[in-house]
Amino acid sequence: MSVETTATDSPSIAIDRQSMEVDIACAGFGPAMGGFLTTLTREWSAHPEDPAFESKAVPGMPLQVLCYERADDLAAGVSGVVTRAQGIRASFPQLNPAEIPMAAEVKQERVFYLLDPIGASRRSLTLRAADAVLRGLGRLAGVRDCAFELPWTPGFLHKHGGLVLSIGQFNQWVGAQLMATGLVQIWPGSPVAGPLISGKKVEGLRLADQGVEKSGAPAEGFMAGMDVRAQLTVVGDGPVGAVGQALDERLGLPEGNARREWALGMKFVLELPEDSPLEPGTVWHTFGYPEPEIFGFLYVHPERLASVGIFVPSWMSDPSRTAYRYLQHYIQHPALWRYLKDGALRSWGAKSLEESGKHGEPYLCGDGFARIGEGSGSTNMLTGSGVDEAWATGTQLGEAAIELLRAGKPFTRENLAATYESRRRASWIEHGAREAENARNGFHGGMVKGMIGMALAGLTGGRLSMSAHIPPVHKQIRPFPARLHKGLKLKDAVALAVADGRSLHDALLSARGWPEIPFDDILLVTHQDALLMGGKVQAAPGFADHVVFRDAGLCIGCAEKTCIAMCSGQAITLGADGAPAFEREKCVHCGACLWNCSQSPDDEHSNIEFRAGSGGLHSAEN
Amino acid sequence: MANVLHIVVCAGVVPDPLQTLEPVTGPNGPGLKNEMVLPAVLDPWAASALYEAAALAAKNPGSKVWLVSLGPKAKLQQVMMTVAQKAGFELVPIDGPIGGFPDAHSTAAVLAETIAALPGLDREKLLLFGGWESATRGAGVTLQLVGERLGIADQFQGVDEINLRDDGSFEVLERVEGGKHQVSVCLGAPAVLGWATGNLAEPRNNPQIGMANMRSLMPALQKAKTAKLEANGLRYLSINLPKQQRTTRVVKDLTPDQIAAELVEWIGAE
Repeated sequence: MSVETTATDSPSIAIDRQSMEVDIACAGFGPAMGGFLTTLTREWSAHPEDPAFESKAVPGMPLQVLCYERADDLAAGVSGVVTRAQGIRASFPQLNPAEIPMAAEVKQERVFYLLDPIGASRRSLTLRAADAVLRGLGRLAGVRDCAFELPWTPGFLHKHGGLVLSIGQFNQWVGAQLMATGLVQIWPGSPVAGPLISGKKVEGLRLADQGVEKSGAPAEGFMAGMDVRAQLTVVGDGPVGAVGQALDERLGLPEGNARREWALGMKFVLELPEDSPLEPGTVWHTFGYPEPEIFGFLYVHPERLASVGIFVPSWMSDPSRTAYRYLQHYIQHPALWRYLKDGALRSWGAKSLEESGKHGEPYLCGDGFARIGEGSGSTNMLTGSGVDEAWATGTQLGEAAIELLRAGKPFTRENLAATYESRRRASWIEHGAREAENARNGFHGGMVKGMIGMALAGLTGGRLSMSAHIPPVHKQIRPFPARLHKGLKLKDAVALAVADGRSLHDALLSARGWPEIPFDDILLVTHQDALLMGGKVQAAPGFADHVVFRDAGLCIGCAEKTCIAMCSGQAITLGADGAPAFEREKCVHCGACLWNCSQSPDDEHSNIEFRAGSGGLHSAEN
Repeated sequence: MANVLHIVVCAGVVPDPLQTLEPVTGPNGPGLKNEMVLPAVLDPWAASALYEAAALAAKNPGSKVWLVSLGPKAKLQQVMMTVAQKAGFELVPIDGPIGGFPDAHSTAAVLAETIAALPGLDREKLLLFGGWESATRGAGVTLQLVGERLGIADQFQGVDEINLRDDGSFEVLERVEGGKHQVSVCLGAPAVLGWATGNLAEPRNNPQIGMANMRSLMPALQKAKTAKLEANGLRYLSINLPKQQRTTRVVKDLTPDQIAAELVEWIGAE
């Protein structure tokens, strides 16, 4: 939602909407915003008398900097990551990982190709032949536990000197330092509905209305979301954030750019067995299982905790793509199970990753606004790194904002381009993004082509890569082959799932030959139970539904209904009328539904809108 | 006629009770595993007390609400950014190494000393609010001990409702066994009220209230006094966690009555 400042809310309803003037309004608190606010407050703390840090919005007061975050806690981030920490260490040269819970220096990195120990994986003939060769050679080729360890880890994957982090804990650590300065305010539990736009100028943010019905119509106790007017609006609300999406809608993307590549990262935080030999800082990257398109990871934190997860990409054309059960099969792969089997599940989480890189880069700045972090296309898809890049884009904007404040220049497009965008273009982020620009193109032609293309780009610094036509995300989902027996079988599974109340993806995977999960209520728990472990999924009452199906007719006629299979929180189910039904209270805000929809009303957007919403998954370990 | 009240709410910051809590014995005695990693919330019982206090103060112009909270400053600061959007109050933070299961006597001593020293507090108008229980580490006596130390004789526990009268007296509904309330009439402040859930819904996050609180909140946090809790040589013989049991089934088309009957049977089997 973007809001024209000249428009009224509704001709029939008189809304008493409060308004506030600040200097800098920020949407979303993640690593990018952490970098921005850390850079700003550090300089401000060092020069408290500098007139640059006097408020123009409230004369006589210090600069008014407010940040609004949807989640109820700054620690409710969802991601366990390994990062080179180049940008983070530049901000914290004396960084001691022991100060950040769950942080560890990277000690060991290994890459494994996982063979399929079950036989249910959808593997091409080429891959099956390669697998047969590896199996035949066995230990001679270094195959152990159905896994082939690459004898050499490509340099572009290295995270030497980096950190294993829990983003929830890292955000909390950064947020505590920021608030301790007393210079900025970070308000959790405050979803931002959209930007305030006048023409092409962003004039601030509008917070989400409260006391509304599911549709957003005012109800009992209606409280109109406040307008926060600012000279600079910093947009760091991630790839599925309402502000970033609204700006993309309103301004479009630069010529030739489109957001068509996504992945869902889903992971468990596990407590490793007491006798676990895995050292903190251990990093494993895997590929090949449970499906060839699915990459996986194992990161070991201190205190015998580990993040183990998978990435399910949009270019996995299978319409029954799912994540939770795949993740359960993943951790049971012999190469991982050897280390995990006596462990316990502590928490779980999921998040959409915007993987278009340079292809999906929006306008980085405009009159009154600048975009930072993942939503600004900063993630490097060759190195699989996003947190460090996001942090660095924040620091670059922080430096730019300080420069403009000191020069007394307004936050116009030209001034932000000359300070923020120019810094970014000249930095390692841009250099890396160029190298990575076409690195993943090959995956649209299959997993083997994808790996070759990635290696080409990685080993030549992006000079060589594969070209590809990347279709809109809804076209990346292959329709069910209804005429084929196999397709009918899958359709039967869908019907069965609906009839007996099983979750759809469970029925689909069982129909494909994947074994049932041997639940033990400790490590292998049902999806429903996982929603209750180590955190909570919640939604404050009084907000509108943030997942909206644009055209119910398209949904009813949709055979694939991938949105249901891919919903991380089982918040989307099949309604009685044949259209998907959304339960806000179960949504973890992963945003997967946005790009796991095979229908489109306009041949570019999917049939699902992901708007501003309250709540989500609250687990500080993620 | 409105009564001017001075309401002091004692509320701790605790690990979110919906997290997986695992007791461990550390160098300082029993505690919770990875407690600093867990997300923190204002103790839900005491949070009810705060919302009731804010509502009561709003109905009685001239009244004031203080929120006295003992905990690590960083955690307090984090939790207050959410709580401060819900109700108006003046924060009185005490930076202490709270964690695990601290001695209730030591905690009460620090709280009582802090409350007694509050500038502008009129003890004749004092209603001391807190949680009847704690969601994470309830000793069940802290609030009573604070009241005793402040010399307040009238104490009520399990409070769900308070109705003020024009003469300053008030009627209190306390939970008693059998799902009933005991109705008491108190001649007036000072009194201690340990709240159960009360009757108010959790207030919405209101950025205007947050901004108003912010003016005093950050300076208060920056000036928070530190407190060291005395261990008093206590030993803990045992600690019980509420038993967690999950039985998940996905069943369609059950009527609400059938679901209720099954829940009653499930609870009764415990």
